[in-house]
Amino acid sequence: MPLPPSPPVNIENIESLGLTLGEFERIQDLLGRNPNWTELAIFSVMWSEHCSYKSSKILLKTLPTEGPRVVQGPGENAGVVDIGDGMVAVFKIESHNHPSFIEPFQGAATGVGGILRDIFTMGARPIALLNSLRFGDPDEPHTRYLLKGVVSGISSYGNCVGVPNVGGEINFDFCYDNNNLVNVFCLGVAQKDRIFLGKASGIGNSVLYVGSKTGRDGIKGASMASASFESSTEEMRPTVQVGDPFTEKLLIEACLEAMQHDWVVGIQDMGAAGLTSSSFEMADRSGTGIELDLSKVPMRETGMTPFEILLSESQERMLFVIENGREDEAKKIFDKWDLDAVVIGKVTDTGIMRMTMEGEEVVNLPIDTVVESAPQLVRPTKKPSYLDAVDNLNVKLIPELERGDGILKLLLKSVNIADKSWAYKQYDHMVGINTLVLPGSDAAVIRVKESQKALAISVDGNSRYCHLNPFRGAQIAVAECFRNIACSGGVPIGLTNCLNFGNPEKPEIMWQFEQAVAGIGNVCNYFNVPIVSGNVSLYNETKGKSIYPTPIVAAVGLLEDQTKHCTQWFKNPGDRIGLLGLTLEEIGGTEYLESYLDLCQGSVPALDIQYERKIQELCIDLIQEDIALSAHDCADGGLAVALAEACFTGPGESLGATINLYASIRNDALLFGESQSRIVISYSPDKKDIIEEKAKNAGLDFSDLGTVGGTDLTVNLNDKEFIKEKISTLEEVWREPLQRYGG
Amino acid sequence: MKCGIVVFPGSNCDRDSFHILKEILGLETEWIWHKENSLKKFDLVVLPGGFSYGDYLRPGAISKFSPIMKSIIKYAENGGKLLGICNGFQILVECGLLPGVLMRNISHAFICDTVPVRLENDQTPFTSSSSKGTVLKLPIAHADGRYFADEDTIKELNDNDQIVLRYCDSSGTVSDENNPNGSVTNIAGIVNKAKTVCGMMPHPERQADPLWPNIDGQVIFKSLIQST
Amino acid sequence: MLAKIHVTLKDGVLDTQGKAVHHALNDLGYQEVKGVNLGKYVEVQLDGLSPAEAEERVREMCQNLLANPVIESYRFTLDSQE
Repeated sequence: MPLPPSPPVNIENIESLGLTLGEFERIQDLLGRNPNWTELAIFSVMWSEHCSYKSSKILLKTLPTEGPRVVQGPGENAGVVDIGDGMVAVFKIESHNHPSFIEPFQGAATGVGGILRDIFTMGARPIALLNSLRFGDPDEPHTRYLLKGVVSGISSYGNCVGVPNVGGEINFDFCYDNNNLVNVFCLGVAQKDRIFLGKASGIGNSVLYVGSKTGRDGIKGASMASASFESSTEEMRPTVQVGDPFTEKLLIEACLEAMQHDWVVGIQDMGAAGLTSSSFEMADRSGTGIELDLSKVPMRETGMTPFEILLSESQERMLFVIENGREDEAKKIFDKWDLDAVVIGKVTDTGIMRMTMEGEEVVNLPIDTVVESAPQLVRPTKKPSYLDAVDNLNVKLIPELERGDGILKLLLKSVNIADKSWAYKQYDHMVGINTLVLPGSDAAVIRVKESQKALAISVDGNSRYCHLNPFRGAQIAVAECFRNIACSGGVPIGLTNCLNFGNPEKPEIMWQFEQAVAGIGNVCNYFNVPIVSGNVSLYNETKGKSIYPTPIVAAVGLLEDQTKHCTQWFKNPGDRIGLLGLTLEEIGGTEYLESYLDLCQGSVPALDIQYERKIQELCIDLIQEDIALSAHDCADGGLAVALAEACFTGPGESLGATINLYASIRNDALLFGESQSRIVISYSPDKKDIIEEKAKNAGLDFSDLGTVGGTDLTVNLNDKEFIKEKISTLEEVWREPLQRYGG
Repeated sequence: MKCGIVVFPGSNCDRDSFHILKEILGLETEWIWHKENSLKKFDLVVLPGGFSYGDYLRPGAISKFSPIMKSIIKYAENGGKLLGICNGFQILVECGLLPGVLMRNISHAFICDTVPVRLENDQTPFTSSSSKGTVLKLPIAHADGRYFADEDTIKELNDNDQIVLRYCDSSGTVSDENNPNGSVTNIAGIVNKAKTVCGMMPHPERQADPLWPNIDGQVIFKSLIQST
Repeated sequence: MLAKIHVTLKDGVLDTQGKAVHHALNDLGYQEVKGVNLGKYVEVQLDGLSPAEAEERVREMCQNLLANPVIESYRFTLDSQE
């Protein structure tokens, strides 16, 4: 059957593929000829922001990516960090924002599917998922539709593949109306000597297509482009990709089984830009060429063109390169799992990607030209003018509080602080029997079965801070992420980031991006924690309105002894409660200002990185020495919220607390301010002296604040009752909001 | 005691059961691949949790036609001990080894939680190491766990003492408020008349590793060891 | 031949999804909605069977796999057009 004619390569069609005229001329120069339609489509996806990081690459290069534990840094499917005993942690975070807005259930589900593939592609068994979600105003019905769809999509996919979803964060803000964010993180573990990369080495080796058949799903550019040249009755192609977690589960098992064998040379997920990016990137990393016969690609629909086969984003597909002569052994494994496995091509020494279809050559491109010559842009930056206005907060105009009970309840029922169990109880967070600390504490702790170790994981971001000060906001995101890990007993050993921003063509957005990247790099450098993987999501804007800058970071921490993990809730009546760190008179950018006065203004809390690091080290030390029985990061909502949460978030009976504070700063800053580098701990009364001594030796502040016990949370301020409320009431207030919005 | 764990495509708690039986309890344990046509000699066969065949059509509906199931049914009919956990329970009711059906939770949503269940019968090989009325805290993780059967079947289950676990509160009171999925009379687990086939929605294997403070799930496995 | 099969819950079995859709429709202002039953629709393409054989085979398929006789009932039509 002859191939249908391709549309002409003209300016209109070039732009419909998302390429600029300048880029087209660059392609002509590089090739010394005009590309054909299919080749042009390859350039359009490979040079897209998504694949080429053209706006962000130059800035991302400034981030610290090296360290003694780093086995694989950015540029592969996922980052790999040594955890000792011959084992490695493999992890990455990725966005699936736009698909989750179009179709929240499938968009979120396929996001989970994609990040899982990034992990097991490396030879690692996925052992935990986290997610970071952002939605608009929860009082809008459409927001609730998106929330429910995204949570059930994540739940449906993760539960079925049997990888526990151990927590994350959900935040709401007007800035995400019409632009929700879905960032998904996956952690896997592997033997250090069994890590696989996306390589296509060994001349004559076979290129093996494995998994689901290729359909026309996800061909975004194609649907736009085809409208301009096909008959007007032609239906617009569905751009929604549908996830099949059952096939994914089979893929995980089959791929991990295949990777027991040394004949697997390289493997890569056919994710964004599908077969195109996987084949080009694999060949590029090895400096080889590839010859593919597209007619051999298993197809779900008839009459697919090379263009469609190459741009399809059908899910649950993998590209393997295996040693020549081992095809039958490979197929036997995939047969066992009822998966398609077809040899579609071979590795060559030409440095050329040559593709044929029905015997006709449809693509003949030098691989390095496509992969390495994508433009790298130095986009102009400009400090946004709104910053001067928001920075200006006259605290003197805000009266101090008479009592704190009302504000505490207001904050506990703020949807950003309120209980998230409505979401995580829909996620199977225990499958795999590794979840030592379940969702609902500062970080999840996952045991590593093959060793005595455990890994603590946390995902964090604070877009309000980043809106007010992207550098500090990003710094705090990293510091808080590490602090959450420290509160669980872990030492951070690696970080992955997902940078969600607006339109990079706007200098103000690019400035935010630049600042945030610098902030992340700054804290990681100081903590000596490498950034080993990540993802950038730009153009998050609707009708010209951009989201707040939202850098999301996820860190992995190591616990050498899996029994020495810690949780945030108080353990025994009679224990003492103390605060590591110092509360400053800071209320700028707080949840308190936002919830109580509807203000998103002021200076973001200060961050002294040196102090922060020492606080975290002390916390880890106190946990390892069995001195701290609980540790909870003091973050959104400040000290009062942290104390309340420590009272009622435990799995057993709630415990009350009586706190006596003596201070001269504003009472709202003391109880609801969000000063950084603070951790609420509890301990047996006889340990108070040793904590004091350790804090003093480290040059840190420590204050013994009160006692665990009773049924109320009582806070006396300078000997006067400031907060007194039943724990059961506080808990009720905190539990209700998400149940209501999600129900 | 020799244990076998059936692996269906989509099983995902198979490795968890294996870990508890083999690594924690030290029992001889083997995998049974669903495409096998015959069954070796086992003292216990476990149908593990998960989403066999993606739970497509109905949970458990397609698995009952796996090649191994003929041998498993024969094994059960000959008195072999068979434990179905979660998806395993769903398969057992689909293939008729246990009565009733497991429907979509009353909330429609998947529920993952640790809940109290009351031991209703200590005269079965799955429960004999504990005593009637004991409250165990066990994890559940399912979307289709609402046990349903017609009145006659429920009466028969009661008359024959076939109900082994009921959802309850922490003091052991069985009530609608403590029924997470809407199961008829809070049923969480049942046995066949011969008391050799047991299906339960809770996951005892998730609370049986002493690395966690709660090892209530060991009750089920220790009972099986004692009765072998 | 095309078998068009409808699988629904038997009368008296609580249809939680139907109930939820019922509520949602009422909430949207469709007060006339007095009941909703949710079921499955399955199309099975058949080859080389007479109508009588097809009816027999499809009935078997429903009983063995497509419906759960404990709670579900089924009905089907056979369509001779491809």
